[in-house]
Amino acid sequence: MKITVRVWRQKKAQSAGRFVEYPVEGANPDMSFLEMLDVLNEGLVKKGEEPVHFDSDCREGICGTCSCVINGEAHGPESRVTTCQTYMRSFKDGDTITVEPFRAKAFPLIKDLVVDRTAFDRIIQAGGFISVNTGAAPEANSIPVPKHASDLSMDAAACIGCGACVASCKNASASLFVAAKIAHLNLLPHGKPEKDRRALAMIQAMDAEGFGGCSVTGSCEAVCPKGIPISFISRMNRDYMVAALKMRE
Amino acid sequence: MKLDAKIPSGPLAQKWTNYKNEIRLVSPANKRKYDIIVVGTGLAGASAAASLGELGYNVKAFCLQDSPRRAHSVAAQGGINAAKNYRNDGDSVHRLFYDTIKGGDFRAREANVHRLAEVSLNVIDQATAQGVPFAREYSGYLATRSFGGAQVSRTFYARGQTGQQLLLGAYQALMCQVSAGTVKIFPRHEMLELVLVNNHAKGIVVRDLISGKISTVTADAVVLATGGYSNAFYLSTSGVASNVTASWRAHRKGALFANPCFTQIHPTCIPVSGDYQSKLTLMSESLRNDGRVWVPKNAGDKRSPEQIPDSDRDYYLERIYPAYGNLVPRDIASRAAKRVCDEGRGVGPGGLGVFLDFRDAIKRLGEPVIRERYANLFDMYHEITIENAYKTPMRIYPAIHYAMGGLWVDYNLMSNLPGLFVIGEANFSDHGANRLGASALMQGLADGYFVLPYTIGDYLARNEVKRPAADVPEAKLAETETAARLNKLLSIRGKRTPVEFHKQLGRILWDNCGMAREEAGLKKAMQAIAALREEFWQNVIVPGSHADLNMALERAGRVADFLELGELLCLDALERRESCGCHLRTEFQTPEGECLRNDTDYAYVAAWEFTGAGKPPQLHKEPLVYEEAHMAQRSYK
Ligand SMILES: Cc1cc2nc3c(=O)[nH]c(=O)nc-3n(C[C@H](O)[C@H](O)[C@H](O)COP(=O)(O)OP(=O)(O)OC[C@H]3O[C@@H](n4cnc5c(N)ncnc54)[C@H](O)[C@@H]3O)c2cc1C
Ligand code: FES
Repeated sequence: MKITVRVWRQKKAQSAGRFVEYPVEGANPDMSFLEMLDVLNEGLVKKGEEPVHFDSDCREGICGTCSCVINGEAHGPESRVTTCQTYMRSFKDGDTITVEPFRAKAFPLIKDLVVDRTAFDRIIQAGGFISVNTGAAPEANSIPVPKHASDLSMDAAACIGCGACVASCKNASASLFVAAKIAHLNLLPHGKPEKDRRALAMIQAMDAEGFGGCSVTGSCEAVCPKGIPISFISRMNRDYMVAALKMRE
Repeated sequence: MKLDAKIPSGPLAQKWTNYKNEIRLVSPANKRKYDIIVVGTGLAGASAAASLGELGYNVKAFCLQDSPRRAHSVAAQGGINAAKNYRNDGDSVHRLFYDTIKGGDFRAREANVHRLAEVSLNVIDQATAQGVPFAREYSGYLATRSFGGAQVSRTFYARGQTGQQLLLGAYQALMCQVSAGTVKIFPRHEMLELVLVNNHAKGIVVRDLISGKISTVTADAVVLATGGYSNAFYLSTSGVASNVTASWRAHRKGALFANPCFTQIHPTCIPVSGDYQSKLTLMSESLRNDGRVWVPKNAGDKRSPEQIPDSDRDYYLERIYPAYGNLVPRDIASRAAKRVCDEGRGVGPGGLGVFLDFRDAIKRLGEPVIRERYANLFDMYHEITIENAYKTPMRIYPAIHYAMGGLWVDYNLMSNLPGLFVIGEANFSDHGANRLGASALMQGLADGYFVLPYTIGDYLARNEVKRPAADVPEAKLAETETAARLNKLLSIRGKRTPVEFHKQLGRILWDNCGMAREEAGLKKAMQAIAALREEFWQNVIVPGSHADLNMALERAGRVADFLELGELLCLDALERRESCGCHLRTEFQTPEGECLRNDTDYAYVAAWEFTGAGKPPQLHKEPLVYEEAHMAQRSYK
């Protein structure tokens, strides 16, 4: 395959960025999208030029590190996959592919396609955990969890924290990410004692980080590589309302 | 140097309990006076950092990724072992202990393994309380499944994402401590050197990967939880960032490297499809619960798998190992796959593959059940191969997966350098010559939650060497050396990229020190690696500077360390003139092609000392003494 990539290059946060076009020779349909970028980068490095910087690690869709907007879509054209699981067979010979970073005010750019998503860690720090010290746990089977609750909790817990939901949202809202974590923990009996505090604190932290509000366009659900459903956002709103009411009392 | 494993006295089953009662403690008021560095935030590092923070220590945790939640542990699929015996199928701490020792082909340290089996119970309790959504039965109680090398069902799982969920549990505990102020995290930071003061580990040199700034952080103790070194082989199931640099830098400063040649080859990975590939993808061992492994009976049978009737299929694992069938340990399954492929019966391009077939399980249980158990694995397989494994069998082949070898540690998980602790995959201690499936997650969390938090207190309470200031001469020197090394890499301006060197190293290792090893090949490989390393330092090209994010520079540094490790790996394989676990020397095998161990001469841990660049490393031996387990030829028949 002969491919041209039109990729965002930006030396650092403060400098101006621009698109640069590179031809990529020798791509093939069984290559992953990132392996195609590897080929491009090998050519650049060999010439003594800096490679196009992009994040990746597991390259199997589970770590949430990779984060490209490909032809205008977070994680590219296929649904339910990450950038690293996007294969060149999704493109045609001769295509020009535009590659950009995840863009959002709360995800400042670091270099080329690499952005800073530490805001997500700070939201988790606000309450995305169950405060159980090591050693304090009771015998695991002493608290049975109904299978449907456990399964639903797992559906939410499948979030990989990649931030595609933010990148695809016109408001750059992190609602789906936050809602998934709240649902994961609030659905389990173990998470119930901190349920209210969690919902209030995490939503407050999300706002403080500069993520926008949710206007229920559903774009997040559409790009989510793990198919986290938007219904978790309604659940979050419910948890939040209940918690806020209790606070007032 | 005398290696003292510091194994407590007393009967095996009481060692840990008695030891905990005798160990020195740091009082609550004093804990906050101690700083501890934890490098790595995978299962081992995150669980350790969180637990130490809860105890009141000041913890600084470093990792390469942009968030601790992305450490490579996240990729583990299948499950985690624990001797809960919820199935009433005869499991016990002793049985888990024995399975692990036997699975490791009697090359692991008995006392450590027994402790691991004991605390496995607490690990499941802890993870459940943190909200890890383990699979459950309709009753609401925890479900389990079977993994290789065991005849009981003791593996807990969260769909096909067990590592992710356990890591999120540990990560969330860590974030809880960050908000409590006991832990500070430093993502996108790479440890490039260990700082020793009076031969005690008292700090690290790190590079901020974004700003490029090199600095020293000092502490009262240093914990390495930096994962395994499978990526020395270039193609492995590890994430692309996994590397040996932290361990290797510590090794060069005096920490012994144990059993480097014990590298695990996982039988069920998606076969290699081209030379552009950046990594290999694992299909979890859990699939062997329901999938049956086979190849055509006759070489050259080109029919599509559905057209081959049972009478023309060879379910070779079930045939050769009727007692364990498809659930034999990984080393056995990998070698069996290699043998049938060597006989010309392999399937797929190049004949390097065997079938993993779900036809019968789907017939027996229905597709929905199989979907519920493994949907994400089948999806992943489909994305990569565009084949539908519900309809046609998967094609799989062995690939490098895990490092049983690592830095040598004593019973306290402390290396021979006082103050340097090593946990998780980075140490060598529990899996001998072969790790059983679902035991790495167990070990990482056991080390981090339940072992290190006790044993590190014993070191700190001795208070032998105080925490130095960040500008002591030892630190300054380490910083200067680090900067010089980076400048050197940038200034060579040769013709070949770091990745080209890495690929070539990987090929040498896979061909000569992979699934089968023999003397001549190992000697050849050592020479080839030495030559490649020499070329690297004259002909590598690394663009850019070290003053900002430079992934080519990061890669170059890691490849440089792999090039040193690679030679030691081959040397260790050469010196171990026996076959055991994953280490098959073709000169030493039974007529059926199984491992022929030599307990008289090789029942020891090989711990290598770095003696200077270009000088031969020195071998130290820790004899393995078995009080409880009876050393026998492994049989899974
Ligand atoms: C695909 C796959 C599937 C697996 N499935 C299973 C399974 O089902 N069951 C099971 O028991 N085991 C499984 N394993 C093995 C298991 O996942 C690992 O052995 C285990 O998670 C390792 O954990 P760790 O904490 O030791 O290291 P890792 O999770 O690898 O973490 C290493 C950490 O160190 C950091 N680091 C490394 N070098 C540096 C440096 N120089 N400076 C700063 N930070 C550094 C990294 O950023 C990371 O945070 C699987 C492994 C793979 C690859
Ligand atoms: S690199 Fe891990 S999800 Fe893409």
